[in-house]
Amino acid sequence: MAGTLAEKVWDAHVVRRGTDGAPDLLYIDLHLVHEVTSPQAFEGLRLTGRPLRRPDLTIATEDHNTPTLDIDRPIADTTSRTQIETLRRNAAEFGVRIHSLGDADQGIVHQVGPQLGLTQPGLTVVCGDSHTSTHGAFGALAFGIGTSEVEHVLATQTLPLAPFRTMAITVDGQLPPGATAKDIILAIIAKIGTGGGQGYVLEYRGEAIRSLSMEGRMTICNMSIEAGARAGMIAPDETTFEYLKGRPHAPEGADWDAAVEYWRTLRTDDDAVFDAEVVLEAADLEPFVTWGTNPGQGLPLSGSVPVPEEIADENERVAAERAIEYMGLTPGQPLRSIPVDTVFIGSCTNGRIEDLRAVAKVIEGRRKADDVRVLVVPSSARVRLQAEAEGLDRIFLDFGAEWRNAGCSMCLGMNPDQLAPGERSASTSNRNFEGRQGKGGRTHLVSPLVAAATAIRGTLSSVADLGPDVPVPDGSPLVRTDALQSA
Amino acid sequence: MEKFTQHTGVGVPLRRSNVDTDQIIPAVYLKRVTRTGFEDALFAAWRGDPSFVLNQDAYRAGSVLVAGPDFGTGSSREHAVWALKDYGFRVVIASRFADIFRGNSGKQGLLAAQVAQEDVELLWKVLETRPGTEVTVDLEARTVTADDVVVRFQVDDYTRWRLMEGLDDIGLTLQHVDEITAFEQRRETWRPRTLPAKHLPPVEVRPARPVVGLELGTTRLG
Repeated sequence: MAGTLAEKVWDAHVVRRGTDGAPDLLYIDLHLVHEVTSPQAFEGLRLTGRPLRRPDLTIATEDHNTPTLDIDRPIADTTSRTQIETLRRNAAEFGVRIHSLGDADQGIVHQVGPQLGLTQPGLTVVCGDSHTSTHGAFGALAFGIGTSEVEHVLATQTLPLAPFRTMAITVDGQLPPGATAKDIILAIIAKIGTGGGQGYVLEYRGEAIRSLSMEGRMTICNMSIEAGARAGMIAPDETTFEYLKGRPHAPEGADWDAAVEYWRTLRTDDDAVFDAEVVLEAADLEPFVTWGTNPGQGLPLSGSVPVPEEIADENERVAAERAIEYMGLTPGQPLRSIPVDTVFIGSCTNGRIEDLRAVAKVIEGRRKADDVRVLVVPSSARVRLQAEAEGLDRIFLDFGAEWRNAGCSMCLGMNPDQLAPGERSASTSNRNFEGRQGKGGRTHLVSPLVAAATAIRGTLSSVADLGPDVPVPDGSPLVRTDALQSA
Repeated sequence: MEKFTQHTGVGVPLRRSNVDTDQIIPAVYLKRVTRTGFEDALFAAWRGDPSFVLNQDAYRAGSVLVAGPDFGTGSSREHAVWALKDYGFRVVIASRFADIFRGNSGKQGLLAAQVAQEDVELLWKVLETRPGTEVTVDLEARTVTADDVVVRFQVDDYTRWRLMEGLDDIGLTLQHVDEITAFEQRRETWRPRTLPAKHLPPVEVRPARPVVGLELGTTRLG
């Protein structure tokens, strides 16, 4: 029978079919663990005397709580330190591989899996973090879970899962210069809304998606959850195989050949039917920014803050009024006129080497706007080392930016990197919720290119605003290398 | 898990859509390593506002939350469910729930009852006209009753059964451990394993260079 990519991966993992309305029991190939959502799960194992079923399919890293400065000193915040120490103790007790602060493979959990070659096509991947959807870029079925489910996977290596629906999101054509993967996904979320993907696994397709590097694809799949989706996926192809080959945990020799042969079958059959379809023209896209307090409240940078009176739907109108008030904006104000205090470049959405290269290319030889704080935070220690090997850190420091150690940093108000109340950021991260980057902080989600231009001009800007002397990079990867291999 | 068949308690009208889990419990409260004691963290930012619904005497002891569409979006933090439960909520009613939140609720005995948006409006009207009105949620009959308003809610059969029986998911799965083992025996051998760990050549990691002459960000610890 014809199937979609998501259905094929699902079917390959059914341990037991659910009967009488019970969900299917699915096998989990890879379980990623971090300090925030795991302590209560390990405690649950201890209380029930259950062992960790598959330490060899489990890996832990420290990311949410970790500071990005002074990583060689004890963590100053005692509750953060306790949580990190709890993870280390649990890892030791249950035999889980852990990459701790100071280790070359420490970093944001969604960077660590791919860079080690553990994230592969056709796998089921879970983590107690909603941005686990990132790994769908490889053609894996990857989704975030709660702590009870973390415990379930630790104990059984399976999860009972309710069936999903499938949605095809086709992005035809080629991106214009200055538009990136981030602009594609922000435009998709604005189009279908933060609840538009509920119950669905999204499959991104079309020429614009095919043309993206693996890192661009990860940016897209990463934010599937912001559209409410269970997961987002992209069928594996030569770009995927090229990224994986030679990574520490990629198959080798005859195993590699067997794997690639299987991976090539992981595509939606031509006659398969999706439950819903959405089509976008890449050529129509331009740099996209959010103005409100959920990721669906976004517009092209050339637009203006909405006027609530013009919104027909009452719930949306009330939400817009509230968002505009929280954000300290004026209805009708051009988005380009909005000044920012902080530019944050990092996160599991846009903290990878290509993102850092894209920013460096725009800012090289310039100085940041005087009153703007610029934070550059690589997504993993390995990415930081690679950036330093390429001299990117020098470019950031000369620009006036702060060059930090790896972690989730200012994406969420959980570690020392936070906005002060009323402060406004242009952020390459994934969520602009009230207080997400610190209590009272105001967040505009942007691409790395918009972040770079905004850091130079001090107001939300695109690279095109920098004048004719600055070439506008096109949306395809700036440098196609697999440089992390050589880091 | 405690069995859930019927619950009666004060209804709380929360007239907001897209209540994300960062609003239900901000990240600074996620550093605890316990599963209880999160009641102070529930809606922490909003509770500073005297006009917030839970700051009004009539609603303070609420246990049935009636919220706008797309409740529980965003982060997967199960702490959102723990905070609602620790505060005293047993039921959340909305016209749409985020998938992960709905799943987490079911694991923890918090009922996520889905009703049509027009029924949410009806309930809001009752609860706002007569603050402190008690709402009865009947899981067996799948109904919500507030004064003369009776509306039906949806919950999937499996979750309903588990809630009514108070069953532990892990225990249920482990009844099928033989099937899990059989599945593991047919898995392809080339699928990745995290152990034994394979690495790139070791490198010494030194902290990123210190930043001279710059303010090192705003440090505010929760």
